[in-house]
Amino acid sequence: MSEIKNIRDQFISKLENDLSIDQINEIKTDLFGKNGLISSKFKTIGSIPDTDRKKFASDLNQVKDELQNLITSKINEIEGNKINEKLEKEKVDITLPERPFLIGKVHPVSQTIDEISSIFSEIGFSVEEGPDIENEYNNFTALNTPDNHPARDMHDTFYLDENKEVLLRTHTSPVQIRTMLKDKPPFKIIAPGRTYRSDSDQTHAPMFHQVEGLHIDTNINMGHLKGCLNYFIKEFFEVEKIKMRFRPSHFPFTEPSAEVDIGYEIKDGKIIIGEGDKWLEILGCGMVHPNVLRNVKVDPSKYQGYAFGIGIDRLAMLKYGINDLRAFFDCDYRWLNHFGFDPLDVPSNYRGLSR
Amino acid sequence: MKITYDWLKDHLKISAKEDKLLEKLTDIGLEVESIENLYEGLDLFRVAKIIKTEKHPNADRLKVCDVDVGNNEIKKVVCGAENAREGLLTVYAPPGAIIPKNKTKLVVAKIRDVTSYGMLCSESELNLSDESDGITELSSSKYAKNIGKSYFSKPSSNLIDLSITPNRPDCLGVRGIARDLSAAGFGNLKPEKDKKIKSNKKQTLKIKITKEKNQGCLSFGSCLITNVKNTESPQWLKDKLISIGQKPISAIVDITNYVMIDINRPLHAYDADKIDKGIIVRNSKSGEEFTALDNKNYKLDDGMCVISDNKGVLGLGGIIGGTRSGTKLDTKNVLLESAYFDPRSIRKTAKKLNIDTDAKFRFERGIDQLSIEVGLNKAAFLIKEICGGEISKIDIQKIESYKNKVIKFEPKMFEKITGFKISTKEMINILEKLGFELKKEKKFFKLSVPSWRPDIVQEIDIVEELVRISGYEKIKTENPIKERSKNTLNPTQKLFHFLQRAVASKGYLEAITWSFTDAKYNDHFKENNKEIKIVNPISSELGVLRNSIFSNLVMYMSKNLDRGIKDLSIFEIGPIFYGSQPGAQNTVVCGLSAGKKSRLSWIEKDRNIDVFDIKRDVIQTLVEAGYDSEKFYIDDESPNYYHPGKSGRIFLNKGKDKVAAYFGEIHPNIIKTLDIKSESLVGFEIFLDNLKLPKKPLKDQKTQYSVSDFQKSERDFAFIVDKKIKVQDLISVISNIDKNLISNIKVFDVYEGENIPDNQKSIAISVTIQSFEKTLTDNDLEKINNLIIETVENKTGAKIRS
Repeated sequence: MSEIKNIRDQFISKLENDLSIDQINEIKTDLFGKNGLISSKFKTIGSIPDTDRKKFASDLNQVKDELQNLITSKINEIEGNKINEKLEKEKVDITLPERPFLIGKVHPVSQTIDEISSIFSEIGFSVEEGPDIENEYNNFTALNTPDNHPARDMHDTFYLDENKEVLLRTHTSPVQIRTMLKDKPPFKIIAPGRTYRSDSDQTHAPMFHQVEGLHIDTNINMGHLKGCLNYFIKEFFEVEKIKMRFRPSHFPFTEPSAEVDIGYEIKDGKIIIGEGDKWLEILGCGMVHPNVLRNVKVDPSKYQGYAFGIGIDRLAMLKYGINDLRAFFDCDYRWLNHFGFDPLDVPSNYRGLSR
Repeated sequence: MKITYDWLKDHLKISAKEDKLLEKLTDIGLEVESIENLYEGLDLFRVAKIIKTEKHPNADRLKVCDVDVGNNEIKKVVCGAENAREGLLTVYAPPGAIIPKNKTKLVVAKIRDVTSYGMLCSESELNLSDESDGITELSSSKYAKNIGKSYFSKPSSNLIDLSITPNRPDCLGVRGIARDLSAAGFGNLKPEKDKKIKSNKKQTLKIKITKEKNQGCLSFGSCLITNVKNTESPQWLKDKLISIGQKPISAIVDITNYVMIDINRPLHAYDADKIDKGIIVRNSKSGEEFTALDNKNYKLDDGMCVISDNKGVLGLGGIIGGTRSGTKLDTKNVLLESAYFDPRSIRKTAKKLNIDTDAKFRFERGIDQLSIEVGLNKAAFLIKEICGGEISKIDIQKIESYKNKVIKFEPKMFEKITGFKISTKEMINILEKLGFELKKEKKFFKLSVPSWRPDIVQEIDIVEELVRISGYEKIKTENPIKERSKNTLNPTQKLFHFLQRAVASKGYLEAITWSFTDAKYNDHFKENNKEIKIVNPISSELGVLRNSIFSNLVMYMSKNLDRGIKDLSIFEIGPIFYGSQPGAQNTVVCGLSAGKKSRLSWIEKDRNIDVFDIKRDVIQTLVEAGYDSEKFYIDDESPNYYHPGKSGRIFLNKGKDKVAAYFGEIHPNIIKTLDIKSESLVGFEIFLDNLKLPKKPLKDQKTQYSVSDFQKSERDFAFIVDKKIKVQDLISVISNIDKNLISNIKVFDVYEGENIPDNQKSIAISVTIQSFEKTLTDNDLEKINNLIIETVENKTGAKIRS
């Protein structure tokens, strides 16, 4: 017993000294290594007389635990001190700039297209597309605009051949024709995309964006058209109430036709949509002309419905307070950065259009 | 179409205020574009009298006039008019007045050192006539008492500009507008008080419409008025024309204009003495020429509808008259023409010759075929009244008679299309007021369409009339049902949106640029593609469709660099074109990155953006879009606009089906030629149409989840290989040795130079080895280790570096 106690006393006093990690590890080996003092004592347990063996083992274990704990806490203390010492030295100026990062942006027209798609998705429209190059038939003739029709003058068309048979589409309406020729009714589609007119000034660009809408079924009337656009405009501008005016107009491919104005006012130089007594024209629409339906082999005595065309750039300008249409396509990084949207800001139905 | 409320009141019995009128016009589809008070500012122009004139001291042609402007005020005005003389009554404009003709604002100005306070105006400057020789001369009997008073009398009505849609030629006449308003309950249409010509005199000029193919003139009415004295128009007629912004010319011309605006009946007045024998309406022959009233000489093609006499072309029917037979103030005998021309023929000719006139605008929209006589009566009586003379009988030649259109209309169709009801009584009322003749049959109305409505040909047109006049505000709002039976986006569209946002999320600003471009830029990027020219481009810089998005993006990148930003990434997703037929286009995501990484960074060393930056952007984008990078195959073949040694192409699979993407540095020659000021310019193109779409639905896209918890070990190898050996091949050789055990391969060093033979390079690779079944023993590891070395050495000719 006294031998164990001696070992204990001797090492406890050793451990009271100021020791390095290495020195402690040495002590650890002296005690618990293969031939360490404590390890050796354990090997002798078998030779201890039966009567004393239990107490010897118990004493030995007790001393072992005591020394082990002491060593562990001693190590922890030194390591702790070391970290504290290091921390003292490791103070950086945290106000220095972070590593550089780049934030990309999605163009406001793309964002607007996604918003539009998201709104119409909710009420059952799917997205269709058509080519930018169109033939004269799809762009005009099939849309009840024969070649002597004065309405063609309103479309300053870019042509790709001298015979004026191929052109850059002047509106997204040819997608109506393509869709109806390809499938069978009912149809419920929107078709956003690039459109072209040889017109260029402060408010006109030779390329711009439109979204076409088409809903054909057996019983779709002007009330549905009004309801659909009313819903769209409210959702798009994210306002509770919207003042909307349907005004008779004329498009060769719809009859009756309408232009839609929304109410607005100007407050502090900014357009406020939905209030005020000024009117702003934002889209054209109407009931698809029976001649158009006949041209795509849809029987107008069975099917009817509406179509509309909206200028996307214009909508984006109104919603986001952009004044200059030309800037959309000027690719100035300052403008793109200012008016662009974070790519993570995906318009969706469940989350809402805007952040 | 410009009108005034006062003019409307010639046809409409109404007492409502002007703002109600404006509202109503828009409500029935006659959109009010603008209203203008023509009188605004005109009150400044005063009747004045020249008291004294002196020669300008420094200019032979100028005079310095003392002008009595009323209220005992005498102003000094410098004037260049020859007729400026003492005692003349004229029109004085003070400083601050805006000259109607050129809209310039007068200021007190020194003219050759003499200060002029205002100006004496010619009729032309006041938009009163074309008379620009000399200043206005006012008759002293009429104006002597008016000195100092406003010259212009205040009109009671504003100028209203309507945007008339092309289907409504009838509303290009004031009466047509009045008729529409009356149908909508806004006033009552006054009956036409038409006097009919009763004359025994024959129209002595022979008129003939030739019968030939595509004859553009279907009927030609005429009336000869002899012994007239053409003169200035009376005040009421002048006022009428001025009130809608037109300039009076002479009584005969003013009368034809008045009738045209009043009832949309274009007329033409010839000096009958200048017509050689008679009139032949025929198709032109190629090469014929004539000088039109716009003083331009036109050379005609075959088959244009011309009015001619024995000597040749007098005018283009329904488009423009000629100078040879035009009326002048000394015209004695007038032949009035009132004809009907086919809209298609008018449009064709006018387009070809690029002529736009008021008559053409009306005829191409369709003139009332039955208004020929009405127009002649109206104009002939006015001429007689104002210019005197004798009227002949009306002569009408025609090759085709007008056929009355009849439409069967089922009243229930109205509700089917519009979703709301109106009574048949209301329908009948509206239609009759619009001029339809109506017979009620069992289920139908049998409607006879008025001759002034060429736009109405079928039932739906009747619905439009009814709903337009009833008011669109009566259409109910049917709220949409929130139901979806089809996916909103198809897989390609989803991919489009995904790639768009994936690229943007890597720091690229999305641009949208024109689909057309400058051929000079496009030439650098079109490769073997055909140049697709636009026949009528807006400018030569936008003359071709782009064969590559780079054509635009590089130009805009350069502009942005010139703006002073140095490190920039932009991209566009959109079409490129490879032919001029519908569908000859591909959708491409094209990105461009310029400058340095970590420019002016306190923490990192800066470096140029390089090909491996752009490669990361492309690969990461493709991986995010759902493609397996382990299957990608990359080689170094790329279009000529990339740096030949620092660019490549990516295939989604080794099968090399279609190129998924190109990436690389832009060729230094292009950077030099286009003078792009950047340390580095790298770009990529991802071809959307070449990406195979995931066929699996989302629920099947995730494969079974399996990972190994057995210990893994990493082994490093350094191989010396021929420079031609591609790392991609080396990796592929190793990974194929045992796909179950080799879970990851990383290249951590590539070295050429000292200690390595020429034409060779050292590649250091770390291979992760892990089993799904057990912890690998030293022996297992040693085996695979040796297998890797052996296989690589055999297959690539590499040597392990010791």
